[in-house]
Amino acid sequence: MQILVLAGGLSAERDVSLRSGRRVAESLRRERPDWEVLERDVDSTLIPHLRAQRPDCVIPLLHGAAGEDGSMRDVLESLRIPFVGSAASASRLAFDKPNAKHVLAAAGILTPPHVSMPQTTFRELGAAAVLDSVVERLGLPLVIKPARGGSALGMSIVRRAEDVPAAMVAAFAYSDTVMLERFIEGTEVAIGVFSRDEDLVALSAVEIVPENGIYDYAARYTAGTTMFYCPARLDDDVAEAAQALALNAHVLLGLAHLSRTDAIIDSDGRAWFLEVNVAPGMTETSLLPQALSEAQIGVGSLFSELVERVTA
Amino acid sequence: MSQGSRLDPWVDSYASRAHAMRASEIRALFAVASRPEVVSLAGGMPFVQALPVDMLTATAVRVLTERGPTALQYGSGQGDVTLREQILEVIGEVGVTAHPDDIVVTPGSQMALDLVTRVFCDPGDVVLVEAPSYVGALGVFRAYECDVIHVAMDDEGLVPTALAEAIAAARVAGKRVKMIYTIPSFHNPAGVTQGPARRAEILAIAQREGIALLEDDPYGLLGFEGEPPRAIRADDSEGVIYLGSFSKTIASGLRVGWAVAPHGVREKLVLAAESAVLCPSNYAQLTVSEYLATQPWREQIKVFREVYRERRDALLESLQALMPAGTTWTIPAGGFYSWLTLPEGLDATAMLPRAVAALVAYVPGTGFYVDGQGRQNLRLSYCYPEPERIREGVRRLAAVMESELELVNTFGPSAAASRSGSSVPAPDIR
Repeated sequence: MQILVLAGGLSAERDVSLRSGRRVAESLRRERPDWEVLERDVDSTLIPHLRAQRPDCVIPLLHGAAGEDGSMRDVLESLRIPFVGSAASASRLAFDKPNAKHVLAAAGILTPPHVSMPQTTFRELGAAAVLDSVVERLGLPLVIKPARGGSALGMSIVRRAEDVPAAMVAAFAYSDTVMLERFIEGTEVAIGVFSRDEDLVALSAVEIVPENGIYDYAARYTAGTTMFYCPARLDDDVAEAAQALALNAHVLLGLAHLSRTDAIIDSDGRAWFLEVNVAPGMTETSLLPQALSEAQIGVGSLFSELVERVTA
Repeated sequence: MSQGSRLDPWVDSYASRAHAMRASEIRALFAVASRPEVVSLAGGMPFVQALPVDMLTATAVRVLTERGPTALQYGSGQGDVTLREQILEVIGEVGVTAHPDDIVVTPGSQMALDLVTRVFCDPGDVVLVEAPSYVGALGVFRAYECDVIHVAMDDEGLVPTALAEAIAAARVAGKRVKMIYTIPSFHNPAGVTQGPARRAEILAIAQREGIALLEDDPYGLLGFEGEPPRAIRADDSEGVIYLGSFSKTIASGLRVGWAVAPHGVREKLVLAAESAVLCPSNYAQLTVSEYLATQPWREQIKVFREVYRERRDALLESLQALMPAGTTWTIPAGGFYSWLTLPEGLDATAMLPRAVAALVAYVPGTGFYVDGQGRQNLRLSYCYPEPERIREGVRRLAAVMESELELVNTFGPSAAASRSGSSVPAPDIR
């Protein structure tokens, strides 16, 4: 069986994706030496390659746009090549943070109030007036981040109104639409979900305690700068509620095989949905591999199971 | 209760100087810059494709077949004596006369920079550098925990009055000033060159104040007009330590550079080199030596000059035609770089993600300072892309700047959030 791991691409998360791809490919080779596991970047030669080689299964580990916004999965679907992970339409919905939050909020899931707007709105109505009304409605502090994208690129936590415009500029550097979200004080956690047989399994929540208080790009990818607890230091009922939140998000957004939900647990033990990732990071410092390790599931074993599921 | 993990068991064992070594958003963006779709005006990679590969191959093969046992063995810590004699010919082009014993060959001049700093500087000692300065030097000075102080430049490089004031101010503050580090010819990143009078003034200050002058001259032979500028070391063999390199005149991958130093300094550099690297690569040294002995190396440098001049012209013409009002840039008379100042309100670091998304890359100015200056600046390298690609890159950059200006008009001046980590590309990024 030939498996093709897609990683890299042109997004700002290229480097992270390459590391995720390398780790998954190596783990899979160790797990299944009888399979041919290839790695490939995404460029203009990819589609001819896919048409000619027709791998038995593709594992898309592209982060950011094209990788997670559904477009690459559209291509794979149109070529009728099986792949691990969510369908194009579900990926597109999950990748758009404001839309994913709307879907979940409509189903009664707790998520911080937010506003998302394109640059044109601010230009037409005047940034100061728009931002004043947003701050008035949501209060401070605010999390300001690109509406689409990951790895905390362009994300800021803003505590003073005068810092909002600079944070908007930083976020617009990565996306045409920016989301302003009420900051919820609490414990930051990530919960992985994967398919096993006919069930969905939620892994233990991983608790994230960055040394400088903000889980930004450096805190994510510099080993030693963030303390992780797995399982998270939560009461049993709160931990179960966090897992239920991740399972609900996975199902309500129509995701498949694998996802990771990021959430905040507030001081009352309530779990707030922040966002969900359809191609969770698999690097040495990423969250999902830590939860897998706690559950004594190898990265290679998980992906081998998922590939078998897809190709059965 | 679960045990916490920081995923690195050695995190409490690292030296304090390692704490700033972190992943950074900017470095992540440079990973995209290496893709062929991106016009990278970021990296400083020499255009080695202009070298006669067949001749170099023959040279390397000859070294192995005729002098293999020597080439593959340890060598002298000071470097191969024949190569040191040949280096005298090379530095003669910039007016430097010396004895082969004055030369220490190093694995790239970057290592010479490291060795000189190791020999001169204790933690807290002051090194005066240009504003902006070469990022590799700043990295070395930081690693030895020096107090790096930037000194103003103008269109002719380091400003002597500012230099004298900085020395006085540091001494009043009770600091020990150990070195003045300068790149007088075709500056990286500023693209400017000190004229003869300026060089004389700077040398006079160093002599008067009794401070070692570290002259870094990797681009000296890559001027586009006239004779190569005369090195400062040509006028003082005792007060100036001169660093040279074959990275830009032959090939950066060979990693052969050198220091020319006064007797006492040179003795210490050799001992420091032996403890750091034992010896420079014999194979690389003999390859360079064979190349210098058998190939028309001066003619090859002319080829490089022409390649880079054409690219410089493409860059300058495109900047002139396309840059928004309020943008200024330096006009390099040699070397690899132009230093661009953005219109008021723009921040080069904040704008980089948008630029990379538009498939053009540059290095934000903050990478060339230790103190957060340079937000309004960026370095454009014209050494690697073909002229047509440079023109396309400037077209893309101009469009990015226009949309960034619109954003600034909407929200006010832009500013990237202050984040830790490196803001310059790795050496193998185009």
